[in-house]
Amino acid sequence: MTRFVLTGVGLGLLLTVVMAMSGIYRGLIGDATKVVNAVPGQLWIVQQDTRGPFAESSRVPEDLEYAIRGVSGVRTATPASFQYVQLVRAGAPVRLFLIGYKLGASVSPSHIVAGRSITKKHYEIVVDEKSGFRLEERIRLGLEEYTVVGLMRGMPSPSGDPIAFLSLADAQVIQFQLDNDAIRNNRARVTRTYERLNNVNPLLRTRATVTALAAAENPHFANAILVDLDTPSAAADVAASIRRWNHYQVYSADAERAILLKGFIEKSQKQLWLFRTILVIVSGVIVALIIYTLTMDKLREIATLKIIGAADRTIAGMILQQALLLGAVGFAIGYAVISRTYGLFPRTVLIERLDMVALAAIVFAICVLASVLGIWRALQVDPGLALTGG
Amino acid sequence: MDAVNIHGLTKVYGTGEAATVALVDADLTVAPGELVALLGPSGSGKTTLLTAICCINEPTRGRIELDGIPVYDNGWTGVDVRSLRRSRIGVVFQSYNLLPFLNVLENVELILHLNGVAVDTAREEAMRLLDYLEIGQRWHHYPGEISGGEQQRVAIARALANDPAVVLADEPTASLDTGRGRIVMGLLRKVSRERHAAVIVVTHDERMIEGFDTVYRMADGRITGRAVRQGSGRWH
Repeated sequence: MTRFVLTGVGLGLLLTVVMAMSGIYRGLIGDATKVVNAVPGQLWIVQQDTRGPFAESSRVPEDLEYAIRGVSGVRTATPASFQYVQLVRAGAPVRLFLIGYKLGASVSPSHIVAGRSITKKHYEIVVDEKSGFRLEERIRLGLEEYTVVGLMRGMPSPSGDPIAFLSLADAQVIQFQLDNDAIRNNRARVTRTYERLNNVNPLLRTRATVTALAAAENPHFANAILVDLDTPSAAADVAASIRRWNHYQVYSADAERAILLKGFIEKSQKQLWLFRTILVIVSGVIVALIIYTLTMDKLREIATLKIIGAADRTIAGMILQQALLLGAVGFAIGYAVISRTYGLFPRTVLIERLDMVALAAIVFAICVLASVLGIWRALQVDPGLALTGG
Repeated sequence: MDAVNIHGLTKVYGTGEAATVALVDADLTVAPGELVALLGPSGSGKTTLLTAICCINEPTRGRIELDGIPVYDNGWTGVDVRSLRRSRIGVVFQSYNLLPFLNVLENVELILHLNGVAVDTAREEAMRLLDYLEIGQRWHHYPGEISGGEQQRVAIARALANDPAVVLADEPTASLDTGRGRIVMGLLRKVSRERHAAVIVVTHDERMIEGFDTVYRMADGRITGRAVRQGSGRWH
C-alpha cells in the first residue's frame, strides 16, 4: 500500500511537470498572440525583404503612413515600433518589450489595472506590473527618464518579458537616436567629407552637409506601419498596391502572427514535446515496473485465485484496475499540484481543458500498456504455487 | 454417484533417465458426505494426487471423475476445469491463503462473485457461512488481524461458498497447534456431515486421523492401504 501511494505521488509529480510543459507551451502561444492582438492592424507594412519586426530588424519611414492612407481601401494607418531593452532596477536586470505608438491611434495600452494610459507625447510610460515597477517610478531608458503612469496586468511579450507602452516619439529616441558621442563623431566625419569637395559652391556644400547630417540623425522611423482596412476583402488589392512601390513588404496580421509563432515558439515547442514524450515514457516505465513488482509480490494470491477458479480475464482485470488506479491517482495529484502552482512559474502557464483530457487519455493508454507485463507474468503463475507450504 | 472416482492414476515427472514417478496406479473413491484422509510422509505422492483431483496438475495416465463428470481420461476431456473448480471444488490451504487486501467477509464473498452471484445475495450467503463456522463476529477484520485458527475457519467458509461437491484440504492443521487443529478437523467433519460434501484431507499427522471415515495410506507414490471406520469406531 505504501509503495502504491508513494508511486502515485511520484507519478503525480512527473505528470505535474508534463502538465506544466503543456501549460508553458500554451502560454508561449498565448503570450505571443497577445502582442499581435495588442496592436490591431489587418495589414503590416514592413521593410522590403524582411519578415517584420518580430523576425528581424525592419525600418520604414514614419511618414509612410500618410502615403498608405491614400491607398484605396485603407481606413487608417499608424506607425509602431517594437524593441527589447534591458535595464537594471534595484540591482537586478529587467527586460522590457517596448511598443511605441502614436497617441490617439488604434494602438494603445490595454489591461490597465492601475493609473492611466499615456496622455503626453513625452516621458510617460505604461508597463506590465510583472516588471516590478510601481506607479510614479522613473525609468531611465537611453538618454531620458520616463515616469510610470499606468500598470497593466497580463501583458507579456513573446519571450515572456513584460511589455511597456510609450509614445512613438519617445520610442524613436530610444531606438533610432544616436547618442551624443556618436552624433559628434558623425558630424565631424560628414563635415570633413564635404570639405574635401573644393570645386563645389560653398553654399551648396553647406546645404549638402546639413542635409546629409539631418538624414543621418533622423530618428523618424518606425518598425512597421499598421493598416486597418475599410473591408477585409480589400486586403489583397491594398497589399498589391503597396508592393508595387518596390520598397515595402506587406503581411496580413495572420501572416505576421504565424511568423511570430514560428520564430519564437517552434524550437521551444519541439523541445517541450521532446521533454513531454520522455517524461510520459518514464511514467509508463515506472507504472510498468511497479505493477510488475506488485504482481511478483502477489504470485501466491494469484495462484490462489486461479485455484479457486478465477478466470484469466478476472485476474488480468484486477491488475489492469490497479494500473489504472495508479494512473488516476498520479493524474489527480499532478492536476492538483499544477492547479495550485501554475501562478508561481516565471512564464505564463495556461492549463487548457483539452490538453488535460488528451493527457488523461495518454496516461490511460500508458497504464493499459504498462499493465501488460504484469498481466503476462500473472497468467504464467502455476496455481500449484498456492499449495506449497509456508 | 461418487463425488470423486479415480482409477489407475499415474504421474511421472520428466522423461528418460530423469523421470520421477510421483504417483502409481492410484485408485480412490469418495462418496458425498465422506471425510477422507490421504496420510503419508513427505514425498509419498499425496499432494500430487490432491493437485490432480484439483485439476491443476495433469496426470500421465488414468481416469478422474468429479461429481459424475469425467475430467481426465488419459488426457483432459475438454471440460473447463477452471469453471469446474469455481463451481464444484472448494480448497482449504495449509497457510490459509486468504487475500490480505480483502476483509474476512470479502474473502468469502469473492467466490460467490466469481460464480456470478448478485452482490446482496453474496453478502448474505457469505455472512451466513461465517456464522455457521462461528467467525461471523470478525467479518470486518483483515486476515492479518485474526489468529491462525480463525483464518482457517474463514478459509473453510470460503471453500464452502460455492456449495462444492468436493472439498480438498491440504495439510489444514499443519500451521496450527493441536487444540486449534482439532477444532479445524471438527469443522471439516461438520462440513462433510451437514453439507454432504466429499472432504479429502491431505495430512501427515497420525494424531488427526481419529475423526475420518476413510484413511488412505500412501508411500512412494502408491496407495499402500485403505482403512474404513466401522460404526463401532474401529478401523477395518
